[in-house]
Amino acid sequence: MDIGTMHYLTLAALLFTIGVFGIFLNRRNVIVILMSIELMLLAVNINFVSFSAALNDITGQVFTMFILTVAAAEAAIGLAILVVFFRKRGSIAVEDLSNLKG
Amino acid sequence: MNLNDLAPLYAELSLAVLSMILLVYGVLQKKGEIARKVAYGGCFALIIAGMFLYASPHDQDVRLLNGMFVHDGFGVFVKTLILIGTGAALMMSIQYMYDEGFARFEYVVLFLLSALGMMLMVSAGNLLGLYMGLELQSLSLYVLAAIRRDSIKSAEAGMKYFVLGALSSGMLLFGISLIYGFTGSIDFVAIGEYAASENALSNAGLLFGMVFVIAALAFKISAVPFHMWTPDVYEGAPTSVSAYFAMVPKLAAVALIIRLLMGPFDGLAEQWQQIMWLMAAASILWGGFAGIAQTSIKRMLAYSSIANIGFALIGLACADEQGIGATLVYMALYMVMTAGAFCVVLYIRRDGLAAERIEDLAGLSQTNRYLAYVMAFFMFSMSGIPPLAGFFGKLVILQAAVAADLYVLAVIGVVGSVVACFYYLRVIKVMFFDEAEQALDKSESKARHFVVTLCALIVLLFIVKPEPLINFAMHAAQMIS
Repeated sequence: MDIGTMHYLTLAALLFTIGVFGIFLNRRNVIVILMSIELMLLAVNINFVSFSAALNDITGQVFTMFILTVAAAEAAIGLAILVVFFRKRGSIAVEDLSNLKG
Repeated sequence: MNLNDLAPLYAELSLAVLSMILLVYGVLQKKGEIARKVAYGGCFALIIAGMFLYASPHDQDVRLLNGMFVHDGFGVFVKTLILIGTGAALMMSIQYMYDEGFARFEYVVLFLLSALGMMLMVSAGNLLGLYMGLELQSLSLYVLAAIRRDSIKSAEAGMKYFVLGALSSGMLLFGISLIYGFTGSIDFVAIGEYAASENALSNAGLLFGMVFVIAALAFKISAVPFHMWTPDVYEGAPTSVSAYFAMVPKLAAVALIIRLLMGPFDGLAEQWQQIMWLMAAASILWGGFAGIAQTSIKRMLAYSSIANIGFALIGLACADEQGIGATLVYMALYMVMTAGAFCVVLYIRRDGLAAERIEDLAGLSQTNRYLAYVMAFFMFSMSGIPPLAGFFGKLVILQAAVAADLYVLAVIGVVGSVVACFYYLRVIKVMFFDEAEQALDKSESKARHFVVTLCALIVLLFIVKPEPLINFAMHAAQMIS
C-alpha cells in the first residue's frame, strides 16, 4: 500500500483531536495539558510537511521551523507560569485551578 | 533592498529596538524607581513609533518583505489606536504597580513587545506574518496576566489564559495548514484570488481552514462561544493588566479579523457572514444577561466587553464598507470608555488595598464627587445614552446593520443593550444612592488622573466634533474593502 498525503492528513487530524481531548477531558494534571498542546502543534507540523511535499513547495517546511521555535517558547512560558502557580498553591492538579469563579 | 525601502517598517523597528534598550537599561540600573523610569521611557518609545508611523505615506498599499508586511491606511488607523491605548494603559499602571507591589521594569517591556506583536499582526500580508505577530502578543500577554507572583489569583489567571490561548493558537495553526495545503499558498493575495474563483466553494479544506482560523481569532476577542476565559482572567490579573486586555488586544484582533475577512476570504463572504451573525447575536445576549449576576466590577466589565465585542461583530456581519467603518468607530469609542472605567476602578483603594466589588463604590458621590461623576459618564456612555460617545458608536453600528438588511440582528442588538443597561445603571445607583463607605485612599498619580480626565472629555465632547474619527475610520474601511 502506498502512503499518500491523505494518510498523513488523517494521522495529523487524529493527533490534533487527541490533543484537544487531552486538554478538555484531563482532570488530573496541568503538565498533561502542556503535553496535549505540544501534541496539537506537532500534528500541525505533520500537516505542513506533508502538504509541502505534496505541493512541491518549500513554504510549508519553513512554516514548520517557525512553529517549532514558537512552540519551544510557548512551553517555556507555560512551565514558568506553572511554577509560579505551584509555589502559591502547592499543587498542579487541574481541579485546583478553582480560585476564580463567578 | 536598501534601508529606505524599509521606511514603512520603521515604526515597528523603532519600537523593537527601543524596548530592547529599555530592557538592558532596566537590567543594568541598580537603584531608584526603575519601573517608573522605564515606564516613562516606554511612553516615549510609543511616541517615537507613532511619529515614524506617520512619517511614511499611507494613501496606498505598500507591500514589503515579499508581501509579508502590508502598510496601508487601515493599518495606520489601527496602529494609531494601538499605540494610544498602550500608552494610556502604561500611564494608568505606573502608580498601581507600586501600590500593589509588582513594580518591575519587565512589566513595561512586555507591554511594548505585545504592542509590537499587535502592530505586526494587523499589517500581516501572509499567514506566517500573522502567526508570528499573534504569538508575540500572546506570549507577552500570558506573562503579564501572571505578573503578580505573590498572588494565587494572578497565577491562576495566567495559567487559564495560557492554556486557552495555546489551544486557540493550535486551532489557528491547524486552519492555516489546511488553507496552505488546499490553496497552495500562504500569501493573502494568492489565497484571495483562489477564494474568489469558482472552485473555492467545492473545496472543503479551504472552508474548514477558514472556520478554524475564525474560531481561533474569536478566542482572542472573546466572542461567545469562545469567551469562557474572559471573566476569570480579568478578575485574576492585576487591574491595570485587565484594562490593557480589554482595550488593546481586542481592538487588534478585531482588526486582524477584518483584514482576513475582507482580504483573502472576501470571496467566501456568504459563508463567514453567518458565523459573524451568530457570534454577534450570542455575544450581545450572553454579555448582557450573564453580566447581571456579577458582584465584582472587573467581572462585570469583562461581560460588558463581551457584549461590546458582539456589537462590533454586527458591523462585520454586514460584510460591506459601511459595516467595517462602523466596527472601527465602535472599537475606538469602546476603547476610550473601557480605559476610563478601568481607570476609575484603579482608584478604588481603602487602607492600601484594592477593592473590587461593586458595593465598594457605595456613596462615591459623597466621598469623591469627581470620580463618581466621571464613572457615571462612562456607565451612561456604555449603556448608549445620548449625547455621550457610546450612543454614537451604537448608532453607526445599527445604521450599518439596517443598511445591510440585518434587521433581526439590529433588534437583538437593541434588546441586548437594554439588558446590559441594568448592570451599568446599577453602578450609578450604588455610587449615588447608597450609604457612603469609608473614604478612598488619596491618589497621587498625575498620569492616571490625566488618562481618566482625557477619557471623560472624549466621551462628553465626542458629539461636538465626531467627524475626524468617523472620516478616518471610513477612509480606513475604504482602503481595506
